[in-house]
Amino acid sequence: MNERQNEGSQTENVSDRRSFYVRLSLIASSVLMALMVLPGAGFILAPLLKKPLQKWRTVGKAKDFETGATVLVQFEDPSQEPWAGVTAKTAAWLRKVDASQFIAFSVNCRHLGCPVRWIEDATLFMCPCHGGVYYSDGTVAGGPPPEALARYQVRVRGENVQIRTAAVPLTTTPLTPNL
Amino acid sequence: MKRFLRAAWQWIDDRVGFTDNVLPLLTHTVPRDARWWYVFGSATLTAFLVQVVSGVCLAMSYVPGGDEAYQSLVYITEQAPFGSILRGMHAYGASAMVTLVVIHLAQVYLHGTYKFPREMNWMTGVVLLFVVLGMAFTGQLLRWDANGVWSVMVATEMAARAPLIGPLLSEFLLGGETVGGSTLTRFFVYHVFIMPGVIFAGVGLHLYLLFRHGVSEMPNVDQPVDPATYKAQYEARLKATGVPFWPNAMWRDVVFSTFVVAMIFGAAVVFGPPSLDAAPDPASIDANPMPDWYFWWYFALLSLLPSAFEIWFILGVPILGFLALFCLPLLSNRGHRAPSKRPWAVGIVIASVASFLVLTVYGYREPWSPDFSVSKLPPEVVGATAGPVYEGAQLVHAKGCLYCHAIEGFGGHRGPDLSNIGRQLTREDLIIRINNGGYNMPSYAASVNSEQLTQIVDFLLTRGARDEQEKESR
Repeated sequence: MNERQNEGSQTENVSDRRSFYVRLSLIASSVLMALMVLPGAGFILAPLLKKPLQKWRTVGKAKDFETGATVLVQFEDPSQEPWAGVTAKTAAWLRKVDASQFIAFSVNCRHLGCPVRWIEDATLFMCPCHGGVYYSDGTVAGGPPPEALARYQVRVRGENVQIRTAAVPLTTTPLTPNL
Repeated sequence: MKRFLRAAWQWIDDRVGFTDNVLPLLTHTVPRDARWWYVFGSATLTAFLVQVVSGVCLAMSYVPGGDEAYQSLVYITEQAPFGSILRGMHAYGASAMVTLVVIHLAQVYLHGTYKFPREMNWMTGVVLLFVVLGMAFTGQLLRWDANGVWSVMVATEMAARAPLIGPLLSEFLLGGETVGGSTLTRFFVYHVFIMPGVIFAGVGLHLYLLFRHGVSEMPNVDQPVDPATYKAQYEARLKATGVPFWPNAMWRDVVFSTFVVAMIFGAAVVFGPPSLDAAPDPASIDANPMPDWYFWWYFALLSLLPSAFEIWFILGVPILGFLALFCLPLLSNRGHRAPSKRPWAVGIVIASVASFLVLTVYGYREPWSPDFSVSKLPPEVVGATAGPVYEGAQLVHAKGCLYCHAIEGFGGHRGPDLSNIGRQLTREDLIIRINNGGYNMPSYAASVNSEQLTQIVDFLLTRGARDEQEKESR
């Protein structure tokens, strides 16, 4: 009887020890996985949570722009990567309304982001990709764009015209569709 | 020497276990009728190996930095010894891989090989297909010329349409809020580390499942799949008529794969790599982003759809397409495999191939895109060298009408052809149409004055008049 009890308790001990090993291994594996993955996940995802960086960029002197004309101006995004080089550049269509007032349109079509061109004689913005057309005030004139051209903030400081950098204007899906 | 080499091999074989573990896989029994239909899977794997070898070599000179990638590609293409051939092999290898993986999928579908017990073979294959397409897309972006940069923008905008997570997804893809230093490095990592890793793992699992369930026989109308009896019947047939995979069946794989690699190499030598577009510059607006040929059908689909359906296709085609293919064997894993007994399957493949071809041609022609390169109408088309008709012809070019409308073969195809508009619309109709615009056409009321409008209409009314005169003279 005692021998049987001993055997039984030995089997229980072995079983307990095995389940302890299993639990220990699972916990240790979880910890080592977390230690491996978390810094990487933070490294990749942290930029998404960072407050957007916006800067005012000078694009020229106010007196150098002709009133009523729409011209392409280039400026740099506030990129933090020194190796970004030419890819940090972006552009806007700038129009001088009067001596102190300017409008700056994003060059990205609101359909799928292709670069829109200003057709001076037709006073229209046209997109080469899917034929989106916008009037001179940026409102949609034809084609698939669902929204008007995005605008940048512009100001005149002293004699300089400055544009405030902004994210790529994304066209998102409204949660409640417009019926 | 011979004895030494034999002893050395025996030592290695003993430690590695080649004879015990690998040889049985190579010589496992396969159906006798597994002939040329079955070479596409192994050829896809060979094309992948071409990509790995050429990709590793290219990565030794390619600089995945926003500012220097283009220059490094110019160096690889124009100066590096064998660089042009390697880039060509990588580009044509990508085309071969996409083509072969789709043919392999179509063949497996047509032969009903996805049915019991090979459901997981199909499902891993579907995952591999989508990763291969991901490789093809990210590879195009790594070209990092003007087309590559603007294609990133398009991809970002498409991702932004995903409900709720769209903006985050876009920002994740770009590595920031705009195209910048992190954009290319991220796509480089997807293309060079993450996706190839998934492909290696997926191919491993795919091959393991192939060995586990065996190579399927050619479909036979007298042998519908019944999960209760299939395995035993398959084993019995294999025992009676099967042949060893190596060399009886494998020689065809080797011959076809050699042909594929020869074609890739030959194309790289004869045609060279695809030419690079202009240097990348997100500030340059003279770009017309265009995907590589295997995505033209999708490009055309998105362009031809009414905008109300667009969102469903941008997200629906990849997601539902994946789910439909992935879940196929879960919905139907028994019954006939023979195409003659599965007319719907044959119809679906024919319809898919026809749709692909038609949409690909449309994607190439881009009839929905304005033609900014159109030149002025030649005098013989205008039919006047002075006066309001001539002035009208000049305005039709200057105001951008010809970007979308063709006249006697000159101009874009987005809008209706105006070659006979003078016979189709009256002066009043034309004035109303130009002033108010119409479907997809902007209103020109603010951009043409009344004199210009009269000249444009005078010119348009002469379109088709010549045909009328010729008819009358006959």
